[in-house]
Amino acid sequence: MSSPMPAAIAVKERHEASQTSLAMTAFFAILVRDLVVTRREIVSFLLQAMMQPLFFLFIFGKVLPGIGLAAGGFAGLLLPGIVSLSGMLAAIQGVTLPLVLDLGFAREIDDRLLAPLPVWMVAAEKVLFGTFRGAFASACIFPMAVLILGSSYSVRTDRMGMLILMILLNGLVGAAIGMLIGTLVQPQFISLMFTLIFTPLIFTGCAYYPWTALGHIRWFQVLTLLNPLTYCSEGLRYAMVPPTRLGEVPTLDIRIVLAALIVGFAACFIAGTRTFHKRVVS
Amino acid sequence: MTSAIEVRELRKRYPQSKTDAVDGVSFEVARGEVFGLLGPNGAGKTTTIGVLTTAVAPTGGAATIAGHDVVSDQILVKQRIAVVPQRSNLDRSLRVREILTFHAAYHGVPRREREQRADALLGELGLGERRNEKVDRYSGGMAQRLMIARALMHEPEVLFLDEPTNNLDPQSRLFLWERIQALNASGLTILLTTHDMDEADRLCHRIAVMDYGRILVNDTPSELKKLIPGGNVLELHVQAEAAARQSLLTRLQQIAGVSKVEEVRGANEEQDTTSYRIYAAEAGALVGAAVQATVAAGARVHDLSVKNASLEEVFIYLTGRHLR
Repeated sequence: MSSPMPAAIAVKERHEASQTSLAMTAFFAILVRDLVVTRREIVSFLLQAMMQPLFFLFIFGKVLPGIGLAAGGFAGLLLPGIVSLSGMLAAIQGVTLPLVLDLGFAREIDDRLLAPLPVWMVAAEKVLFGTFRGAFASACIFPMAVLILGSSYSVRTDRMGMLILMILLNGLVGAAIGMLIGTLVQPQFISLMFTLIFTPLIFTGCAYYPWTALGHIRWFQVLTLLNPLTYCSEGLRYAMVPPTRLGEVPTLDIRIVLAALIVGFAACFIAGTRTFHKRVVS
Repeated sequence: MTSAIEVRELRKRYPQSKTDAVDGVSFEVARGEVFGLLGPNGAGKTTTIGVLTTAVAPTGGAATIAGHDVVSDQILVKQRIAVVPQRSNLDRSLRVREILTFHAAYHGVPRREREQRADALLGELGLGERRNEKVDRYSGGMAQRLMIARALMHEPEVLFLDEPTNNLDPQSRLFLWERIQALNASGLTILLTTHDMDEADRLCHRIAVMDYGRILVNDTPSELKKLIPGGNVLELHVQAEAAARQSLLTRLQQIAGVSKVEEVRGANEEQDTTSYRIYAAEAGALVGAAVQATVAAGARVHDLSVKNASLEEVFIYLTGRHLR
C-alpha cells in the first residue's frame, strides 16, 4: 500500500541530512567526548606519560655522561628515541585502556555504537584520539628536555615538517597497534600483555641506541626491523639530530622509514577495525 | 505506509552454536503500536532485539525499521531507534547530564536544543537534583530512568526496551509502566521484551510468545487468552510416586468435561510433588472428581486451585512450562 505516510509529517528536519554528514557529526561528537574525558584526568595522564621519560632523560642523558659512562653526544641521539617511545606508549595506552572499559562487562561503548555512523568509524575515532594522545606526549618531551638536559644537546630546525610528520605517524602507528591489542586481548590479560608486548617493544625499538650502530651485532640489527618503534626512532633521529663536523649522522633511510610506517599503520588499522567489529557486533 | 518494524524469516546462529538462537521469526509492528516479545530466558528475545538494533548480524532473513534495512542501511536505522538494555551500559566516564547531552550530540541535535531537552527530561524523570553526579552512585531504578531519558534525547521513532522492569522495585516498575504508556500515547512505537505476564498484558497491544527461537503465537492479549480451551484451569499439586503419577494422569483425562490435562515439570522444587493442569469449561466443578482421582491413584493432594485465563496460563498451555 502506498498511501501518503502520516508519519512523514513527524519526520524531523534532521532526517534530511545526508548520511555522510550524520556520520561526520557523530564522529566529531565522539571525539569531543574523549577529549572532555581526558581533560578531566589530565594530571594522571601526564604522570603516566611523563614519569618514565623524565627519569630516562635524567639518568641516561645527564647522569651517565656526567660520570663518564656515556659519550657526550649520547643525549642528542637518545632524545629522538625518548620522543618516539613516549608517544607510541601513550598512543597505545590511549586506545587500549579505554577499550577495556568500553568493551567490558558494562559495554559502555554501546551508546556510541548506536550513534548514526558506521562501526568502523567508531574504531577510527579511537585511533585518531590515540594519535592525539601520542603526539601530545611526544610534544611534552621537548620542554622537559630543555629543563633536564639544558644546553647539552640541540635539535636541528631545518626539518621541522618531517619532525611533525614523524610525531603524527608515530602516534598513528601506536594507536592502531593499541586498537589491535585492545580488541584481541581479554580484559583480564591486559596487564600481562602490557608486560609481554611493551618490554620487547621498548628495548628492541632503537629508542636508546641508533640503528646504524648495530652493524656489529647483525642479527640484532635485523631483528629490530620487526619493531615499528625502530622506524619511528630512526625517523625522528633523521628529523632532529643536527649534522656533526663529519657530516650527517647516519640513520635508517628516511624513505624506508616512511614506507614501513605507512604500510605498518595501514595493516594494523585494517586488522584492528576488523577485530573491533568482531567484538562489538555478534 | 511502511510498518515501524518488519521482520521476515529472521535467523541467527551464533558461531560455535549448533542451534539457531532465532529460528525463522516473522512479525510486523505498526507505527504507534506497543508490541511485546514474551518468553523465558533464552527464547531468542534479546537476540531479536539485537538484530533490530544493529548489534547482532543476522544469519538469514531480513528486517527493516521504518522501511530501512537493518544490515544495509544502518545509519538510517540507528537514527530512528533508541535502545534501553537490560543492564546499565551508561557511560561512567561522564556526568549524568553529559550522558544525555553527548548522546544527543552523537545524533546531531544542536547544542541549545540538547541542553534544554536534557534538563526537561531530567526533571521529568526525577533526576534533576543529581545531574552533575557520576552514575556510579545511582541505584538500579535511577540508572534505568536515566537510560530512558537518554533514549528519548534524539526523538526516536521506535523504542526498544529489553526486559525494562526486570530487577526493579514495585514502585519503580509502576512509574515505568506509566511512562511507557505516556510515551506511546505521544506516538512512539515501542517493542519490549519481558517475561512478566502482568507487564505484557498491561502494556502491549499485541504479544508474540517466543520459545526456542520461534514465535508460537502472535495476537492481542485478549485473543491469546481465548486460546485456553474452555476458558479456565484447575491446577492440582499432588505428592505421588512415579507409578501413581501415571495412573493419576489417565484418571484425570477420563473425567467428563476435561479437554486437556498437562503434567507440569519443574514447577516445584520438592521432588515428590507434581502439578497437573486440567483444562475445562468449568474447572471449578471438577474439584471433587479431581480429588477422588488423586486418592484412587494412591497420591496425596498437596494443593489445588482454580485459575482464570491469564497470559501466564496461555504461556504454560503453549509450552508446557512455567516462565520462571
